[in-house]
Amino acid sequence: MSDSFPSDLKYTKDHEWTRASEGGVQVGITSFAVEQLGDITLVNIDVKAGDTLAEGKPFGTIESVKTLSDLYAPIAGKVVRVNAALTDSPELVNEDCYGKAWMIELEPTGDAATATAGLLDVAAYKAHVDASG
Amino acid sequence: MTEPAATLRRTPMYDAHVRLGGRIVPFAGWEMPVQYKGIVDEHQAVRTAAGLFDVSHMGELELAGPYAGQVVNYLVTNDVSRLGVGQALYTCCCNAEGTILDDLIIYRAGDERFLVVCNASNHEKMAKVFASAAKDHCDFRDLSAETALIALQGPKAFDVLALAGADAAKLVELKSFHFRDAVIANVKCTAARTGYTGEDGVEIFCPWADAASLWDQLITLGEPLGLRPCGLGARDTLRLEARLSLYGNDIDETTNPIEAGLGWVVKMDKGDFVGRAAIEAIKAKELPRKLVGFQVKGRGIARHGYPLRDADGGEIGVCTSGSPGPTVGLNIGLGYVPTRLAAVGSTFMVDCRGKLVEAEVVKTPFYKRA
Repeated sequence: MSDSFPSDLKYTKDHEWTRASEGGVQVGITSFAVEQLGDITLVNIDVKAGDTLAEGKPFGTIESVKTLSDLYAPIAGKVVRVNAALTDSPELVNEDCYGKAWMIELEPTGDAATATAGLLDVAAYKAHVDASG
Repeated sequence: MTEPAATLRRTPMYDAHVRLGGRIVPFAGWEMPVQYKGIVDEHQAVRTAAGLFDVSHMGELELAGPYAGQVVNYLVTNDVSRLGVGQALYTCCCNAEGTILDDLIIYRAGDERFLVVCNASNHEKMAKVFASAAKDHCDFRDLSAETALIALQGPKAFDVLALAGADAAKLVELKSFHFRDAVIANVKCTAARTGYTGEDGVEIFCPWADAASLWDQLITLGEPLGLRPCGLGARDTLRLEARLSLYGNDIDETTNPIEAGLGWVVKMDKGDFVGRAAIEAIKAKELPRKLVGFQVKGRGIARHGYPLRDADGGEIGVCTSGSPGPTVGLNIGLGYVPTRLAAVGSTFMVDCRGKLVEAEVVKTPFYKRA
């Protein structure tokens, strides 16, 4: 089990992470989710730049050898970029889930400064993982 | 994870699985490891070196007595009378409708003694079927609770055995689908040259009490050669690449051996057996559907239960097994399709949760060892 998660990120109970960056809010999945999935073999991002997503809406799927999981938008926003590298290199998710395997970048619908305020901080996320593990 | 923990059983290797980092899941009433390091890693270990699988959850039934051979032969589709002592065969066991109750390996352990190995998920059902057929004709014993089963598979399986004692070293002389009593790592056991991975190797029956010791020693001996403990996940991808059927996925009580591509284990010339008349009727007509192997051509992974559709979206069949094939490097699957679409090169669509992805029927097995 990974018991350390980056402290500068905000998290959801569905095991997505968000990172506020210049361009918007980056979204990916956590190392806990990656461990649960195993070897990632396919990432399908079903949205493109310009699409808008409501909070909690699926934006794609991720598949490992054994299972498939939906990817959910942690916050409402407009899609600014999607990570095209994952199309041909899904293994990036196993290798670098907090870096190269970011999935989409969102421009928050509301106030950018408080867009992720409602999400879990690292301590709350860790407690959530411990409770579900 | 719907089964209450209290009803789940553990094999003698449970503690070893946990120690080796296995992720334990409920499977057919047992707590079994689905993977240790990772499915792909374990899959490749079996293809290139060796893998060790705990399959002690499977059922072992013994029938003995002068009429045991006849009782067994009446219940299964393959011809058990052809077996010499020390030989085994793969077979289906059908009901009167000619559909499949289970797929089995039958071992002839003596002139009048047969061992039937059945799927864990069918253990209770098969114990009833064989016990009731044996009644008044031969002795029946369910040995499952005292018999552990370990599969050692892969191109280096016999190199591992060569390190496990003088007798184990000679197991390389066993022919395919033959078995004998053996001593492996000082454990008295029975070794059979059979498997469920598409690789060479053995399956080892031993007493419940000795299994953990045998497992630990094989792990220690094999590790320098690249042997890895392997879970149910790799077992599934390995068997799928080798196009070996999985009961509950590809075959069940709604499918018959002929459409499942298992006609080669149905011997119509052996005399009467349960399901014979129904299978004769099935064979007399053109098959409405067949189980085929396919490769997904678009971006998608077929999964058990996904509908198969024609170009217009009409449902034509169902995917029974599907996953990435780590060795073949393709997303592969098995599914029932109408006979007109069963030829190699035929195409159809896999409905991956609403996304239609093209698939093409290909020759199977997807993987065959050199």
